[in-house]
Amino acid sequence: MTSSPLPASTSNIAPSAFRRIANTFYRHPTMTLILMLLPILLWLGVVYLGSLSAMLTQSFFSLDGFSGRVIREFTFRTYNQLLSDASNLDIILRTAGMAAAVTITCALIAFPLAYYMARYANYRMKGLLYLGVMLPLWSSYIVRVYSWRLILAQEGILTWFLNGLGLGGVLNWVLSIPGLGGSSLSFSYLGVFIVFVYIWLPYMILPINAALERVPKSVIEASADLGARPGYTFRKVILPLAFPGVVAGSIFTFSLTLGDYIIPSVFGNSSFYIGQAVYSHQGTAGNIPLAAALTVVPIIIMGVYLLIARRLGAFDAL
Amino acid sequence: MAEGKSIAVRFSNVSRHFGEVKAVDAVSLELFDGEFFSMLGPSGSGKTTCLRLIAGFEQPTGGVIELHGRNVVGIPPYERDVNTVFQDYALFPHMTVGDNVGYGLMIKRVPKKERQERVRDMLELVQLPGLGDRKPSQLSGGQRQRVALARALINHPGVLLLDEPLGALDLKLRQQMQIELKSLQQRLGITFVYVTHDQEEALTMSDRLAVFNQGKIEQLGTPAEVYERPQTEFVAGFVGISNIIRGAAAQKITGSGGAFSIRPEKIRICPPETPNTPELFSEEGVIRDVIYLGMHTRYLVELKDGGDLTVVEQNLQSTSMDVLAAKGRRVKLMWHKDFNRPIGGGA
Amino acid sequence: MHSERAPLGLRIGTIGAILFLHVPLLLIFLYAFTTEDASFTFPPPGLTTEWFGVLWARREFWEALQLSLTVAVISTGIALALGTITSLALYRSRFFGRDAISLMIILPIALPGIVTGIALRSAINLTGLDFSFWTIVIGHATFCVVTVYNNVIARLRRTNYSQIEASMDLGATTLQTFRYIILPNIATALLAGGMLAFALSFDEVIVTTFTAGQQETLPIWILNQLIRPRDRPVTNVAAIFVIAVTLIPLLLAYRFTRDTSN
Repeated sequence: MTSSPLPASTSNIAPSAFRRIANTFYRHPTMTLILMLLPILLWLGVVYLGSLSAMLTQSFFSLDGFSGRVIREFTFRTYNQLLSDASNLDIILRTAGMAAAVTITCALIAFPLAYYMARYANYRMKGLLYLGVMLPLWSSYIVRVYSWRLILAQEGILTWFLNGLGLGGVLNWVLSIPGLGGSSLSFSYLGVFIVFVYIWLPYMILPINAALERVPKSVIEASADLGARPGYTFRKVILPLAFPGVVAGSIFTFSLTLGDYIIPSVFGNSSFYIGQAVYSHQGTAGNIPLAAALTVVPIIIMGVYLLIARRLGAFDAL
Repeated sequence: MAEGKSIAVRFSNVSRHFGEVKAVDAVSLELFDGEFFSMLGPSGSGKTTCLRLIAGFEQPTGGVIELHGRNVVGIPPYERDVNTVFQDYALFPHMTVGDNVGYGLMIKRVPKKERQERVRDMLELVQLPGLGDRKPSQLSGGQRQRVALARALINHPGVLLLDEPLGALDLKLRQQMQIELKSLQQRLGITFVYVTHDQEEALTMSDRLAVFNQGKIEQLGTPAEVYERPQTEFVAGFVGISNIIRGAAAQKITGSGGAFSIRPEKIRICPPETPNTPELFSEEGVIRDVIYLGMHTRYLVELKDGGDLTVVEQNLQSTSMDVLAAKGRRVKLMWHKDFNRPIGGGA
Repeated sequence: MHSERAPLGLRIGTIGAILFLHVPLLLIFLYAFTTEDASFTFPPPGLTTEWFGVLWARREFWEALQLSLTVAVISTGIALALGTITSLALYRSRFFGRDAISLMIILPIALPGIVTGIALRSAINLTGLDFSFWTIVIGHATFCVVTVYNNVIARLRRTNYSQIEASMDLGATTLQTFRYIILPNIATALLAGGMLAFALSFDEVIVTTFTAGQQETLPIWILNQLIRPRDRPVTNVAAIFVIAVTLIPLLLAYRFTRDTSN
């Protein structure tokens, strides 16, 4: 058991305060981990999650009709009010219906573009197209919404275009349809619908493109080799493989439409969507419980939607 | 065995467990100052874990590790007088070669001028003069390996650890680097601890070596000892080609029942009618397979009473045609009794 | 069997989609030069650059711009700090709550804006704080963390860990290793994440309407113009400005992440 005498520190670096602190961190990795996670846990965990759950609990309170004050007692009254009141149900159905329509239309418009990008574009064209899809996405949301103010205005380009084609009468007829139109193009269901499709379109294009890119060329060639015509191959091979991408994109379009209140308030007529209803209830009306309950609806819808989407394989396509 | 030599590294009953897995299982060893020590073994045998225990990247779950007499359990790697040459070299891609090599000195706040001088000298020593301004991505694999070496050595560590540093190099380069590393070590006098799975490498370079298997050391000794006198079947098989004969066949050849091993180059192939001699063991058989390897030939001989032996002979006078024609021939194998090695735990 | 030329219908569909995506923004450019200031008449009766000068002189525009910029810078700073520390803590851990924390970080962006907005508004109401500059920053920093976190943790996971061991082996403490080795390696990821956070914050409007008091950020200014249009062409000029300020950081972030992942 021989040992040679050596200076106390085997490394010849003088211990400074920093080194001692670093050593303490090194020797207690769990404590260091907790310390590093503390800021984010406090910020998001306490502030954000806390306020989310506070809001959730608010939905189980109710508003006293006479005093206008919130009664802090657990009750289902507010939810009851939400689901039994026809106007509230209207709002929910209107919003969900709009979300569905927007999703389907986005898928229809996005698919050809995504398909072209994945299957026919060469390397340079693909990069350009990709940039072409990303650029609107990166441009400011509010500005993109604003641009439709210009377009849908009665004196704006769209009306000018339709009039030029002699379709002015068609436009008026469409606007007079109750579920579709409104006082003018810029204050109608149709207007809201068009703007929604425009805004969320890139969110649908990208996942579909990603899913299509993942279809190996050899699979398509095999299908052709086995005697299938291009149309058949498309229906039976490509479409099913691309479907998870469509579902993934639909998550975005559906959820974003459910939660948006700006586009309906700018382009809609007087009928409310969920977002606007929430905004108005928590505002001067002070009916926080109802606002909170209304907010829960999109959360639940998206929760169910996500479960279905995961089953359909969308998460692998993200 | 100590003879007044100082102990650079001592493991006293060191274990490293990962849950149920015993990566290192109660290992004890002593490494002397200034020796070239290899840890040899297959993947998962615990040799790399032992190296990392010395470096400080792992902490033992049991036992004591001493560096030059000082217990280093719990001490971080940056406080140990040990430097490592990593298997993937681990060069810093965003720094030049010069900054890489001088990193340890920079941390120690060595003044810039002195640092640059020492870096220059170091690069000369590893035969990379003038490459200080290049980036690692601009170097070849062999050059990067030398930079990693230089970066470690410049700090004059008490112990240098090398984790299979030559694995990524091609054969010729590897052999050249083995010679260079050995001569470098002898010149500098630093203790080298070298991990490898290549037994030829370990035999070439080491003063002593330890053969690891499943977290334990099966044998520790000089290359000659380990090769000529393997103590277990595993060592016999891992270091060099082992011929192991057991049971009834062993009984017939040696007269006693225990298993034994015999190195393939110690066996001579003779015509079947050669008379036996008292100092040689012998057995008859048929050559089943011939593998021509240029410098030597490997014969697989099936023995008359069961089992087979591999025999290696230098092609001193025979050509490939000659040796390949030997296939199927009946022969008698004969070897000196002294070369026979009883195997513990066999039979 | 597969022709290289796409069918006509497909090409039309593709071009149509691209036009649909880009024409509205181009129209904004056009309308910034129109001489008509009372409506959105198409085609524009004449072209002029006078509105640029008008905007330049408009004080509330500069105030809104300054507010947006300051909020964006500070929110990005907070997001960088929080995101980096959290990435460092989590990128090698395999402990039980790690996925939960990742989910929690994504939540502010994943949930609809009104949800985050209302949640923060009620939380701020509870604490009795005034709605001010700092409440806007709190809201923005909350959903900006995710962009930094995602970028940095992806880069950290791609970093060769033996570099870090080598640094410690050569005598550097964990703090020194962070400064000399980790930081240079994640520099472009930090930049990309920071740019994304900046653009996100500058452009944000929904959560801001809930967490702001009387302040107007630039998007809110434009929103008010949307609801009650007053200065049409001037708003268009402002819109061009906003496009530029949000587009350029994002383009840069795109370049950064693309260059280093190749």
